Amino acid sequence: MSIVIYLVAMALTTYLIRMIPFTAFRKQIRSEFLRSFLYYVPFAVLGAMTFPAVFYSTGNVITAIAGTLVAVILALFNRSLIIVALSAVLTAFITGIFLP
Amino acid sequence: MQTLTYKNGLTDGLPIGIGYLSVSFGFGVMAKSMGFSVIESVIIAGTNLASAGQVAGITIITACGTLFEIILAMLVINLRYSLMALTLTQKLDKSFTTPMRVFCSTFITDEIFAVSSAKPHINTKYFLGLATLPYLGWTGGTLLGAAAGSIMPKSLAAAMGIAIYGMFIAIFVPPARKFTGALIAVLVASILSCIIKYVPFLSFISDGFSIIICAVVAAGVAAKLKPIFENVPENDTSGEMTAEAKQ
Repeated sequence: MSIVIYLVAMALTTYLIRMIPFTAFRKQIRSEFLRSFLYYVPFAVLGAMTFPAVFYSTGNVITAIAGTLVAVILALFNRSLIIVALSAVLTAFITGIFLP
Repeated sequence: MQTLTYKNGLTDGLPIGIGYLSVSFGFGVMAKSMGFSVIESVIIAGTNLASAGQVAGITIITACGTLFEIILAMLVINLRYSLMALTLTQKLDKSFTTPMRVFCSTFITDEIFAVSSAKPHINTKYFLGLATLPYLGWTGGTLLGAAAGSIMPKSLAAAMGIAIYGMFIAIFVPPARKFTGALIAVLVASILSCIIKYVPFLSFISDGFSIIICAVVAAGVAAKLKPIFENVPENDTSGEMTAEAKQ
């Protein structure tokens, strides 16, 4: 049942991160470096989480690479989150059909 | 001036809710395929409401990571919500009493932040209206994904695993194309992440710590090379804080 502890830890940490500043904070962060750092964290996290993990996300490297390529191309054309995500799935699925 | 209503919030939240429904479906499938039960998957979604953090969390749990590792990963990955929460505090009206803040803070996500921060002022009715459909979409989609994952054809369920990464790509590619700083952050993090994964003597670093290391280094490099100059709304009199738009 140790998974419960993990789920509580995840939920509590994520909650406090939002709750404490939302409830307590009355001023602005002054440090230019810290503001910039926080601004870039989401991009860095998303990059690190996507590569190389995306290549193993479908259980087959070839279908995953095909899906990734389609996602990147559609994202370059500013398509919405749903379109990009579903197109990647569809591409991976269809590529999978044609593989031996 | 018109006061924003709960219904205004619902309307603004509808597109976010639909988006969340489809993306969290992918999360549900992913969690189920990694060995989490339907109930566990829905609880994770309902108590976290954070895509990247959730994926990192279940990755670390599956890899038998430590409790310290998972807390640190949540801290680093979800730290941006602190900044969003901070930013939003500047726009809250009097309806945001302390208990209301304690409750509403749960619903600060990237998209809800983006929509609500565009308003000059926000009240609790509007904010809760805005959060309703995204919350239902996120938990409902996870439920459907985790439940349907087992009755779906195996090949389709496998393909669904890429959905959440497709969403990540859709989030970071457009800004990375427009802003050098964002591009630097994404590239440094991606390359570093691959190095940690593939260089043999670095493979002792777990997935959770890898994300933390990559995020801190890449965001630090980007912040150093391309600092953000924003106008900070000033009510303090020291006068030296005026950040100018140099870029």
